Amino acid sequence: MGSDVLRQQDPPYSSGELHVLAVDDSYVDRKVIERLLKISSFKVTVVESGTRALEYLGLDGQKKSSIGFESVKVNMIMTDYSMPGMTGYELLKKIKESSIFREIPVVIMSSENILTRIDRCLEEGAEEFLLKPVKLADVKRLKEVIVKGEGKESGGERESHKKRKRSEDCSELPSTPCSSVSCPCDPSSSSPSALSSKKYRLLAEVEQ
Amino acid sequence: MASRRQIAAMKQSLFDQDYLDEQFIQLEELQDDANPNFVEEIVTLYYRDSSRLVSNIEQALERNPLEFNRLDSLMHQFKGSSSSIGAKKVKAECTLFREYCRAGNAEGCKRSFQQLKREYATLRKKLEAYFQQARQAGPFEAARRSK
Repeated sequence: MGSDVLRQQDPPYSSGELHVLAVDDSYVDRKVIERLLKISSFKVTVVESGTRALEYLGLDGQKKSSIGFESVKVNMIMTDYSMPGMTGYELLKKIKESSIFREIPVVIMSSENILTRIDRCLEEGAEEFLLKPVKLADVKRLKEVIVKGEGKESGGERESHKKRKRSEDCSELPSTPCSSVSCPCDPSSSSPSALSSKKYRLLAEVEQ
Repeated sequence: MASRRQIAAMKQSLFDQDYLDEQFIQLEELQDDANPNFVEEIVTLYYRDSSRLVSNIEQALERNPLEFNRLDSLMHQFKGSSSSIGAKKVKAECTLFREYCRAGNAEGCKRSFQQLKREYATLRKKLEAYFQQARQAGPFEAARRSK
């Protein structure tokens, strides 16, 4: 087993449970996301910064014992975007550069609905961009995404799930008309890639 | 001791008067038998954690000239936490404050901050009263939540 003291402090959990690493500099938000995840039957590790997250993942460049070192098992990473020091975007990039963790879905959370920010994150490989405050429904939806991803990649199912989410979103849309870009309410709108479907869903929300 | 109906009415009036928004209900959904006081715990954490931000902003407002970028950044954090507990009026004041920051309007910032502190204090009193009554009445909310 690895000789890393930090790992030995982690409570053991059954391999069947999904483990989420959540990153947020706000104490209140850490408590809330932890609760959201626990209620959704995830195992949760919460840290307060990108730096701590990298330490936890073993990506901080610290020398590890090469004998019997096991990297920590994480099924998803959720990170706030705006954090002092390392932003969520910078953390995302580091994770995607890592050979061990690049396949782990990374979800960005932000209170600000800024299109260029959303674009950048999705293009860098973020699984999802969630507007804060994060809701239980968001976490439940993410769980479905990971569970499906843990098995075989089923592109068709994931697309239809996104379509269902878009139609649910329509009922929450304010009275302002959809932008000239493809409206997510339009059933005939094609969704060529997961990237654009996320973008269009977020575009439809009111720009602050 | 207030009846359950009175407590429900207390809560409803907090929503009707825009002190709270949907996020508060989202937090209530996270309560169960094992965590019956989650919302109260979060609100307590919020007031403890944000008091530091409030005094930082207060101090920053005494500078001359004002550092609007810094004020905006501090208020962004404060707005985030306030939003997380569903503090609707407080959040609205935060938005207004940030608009004054972006406009470089020092007087506007100071005025807005005074109003913000009033809303922040009022909400605290109202929530304390609500939680006290709710706790005395027993875990009605917790029982309501079905798994």
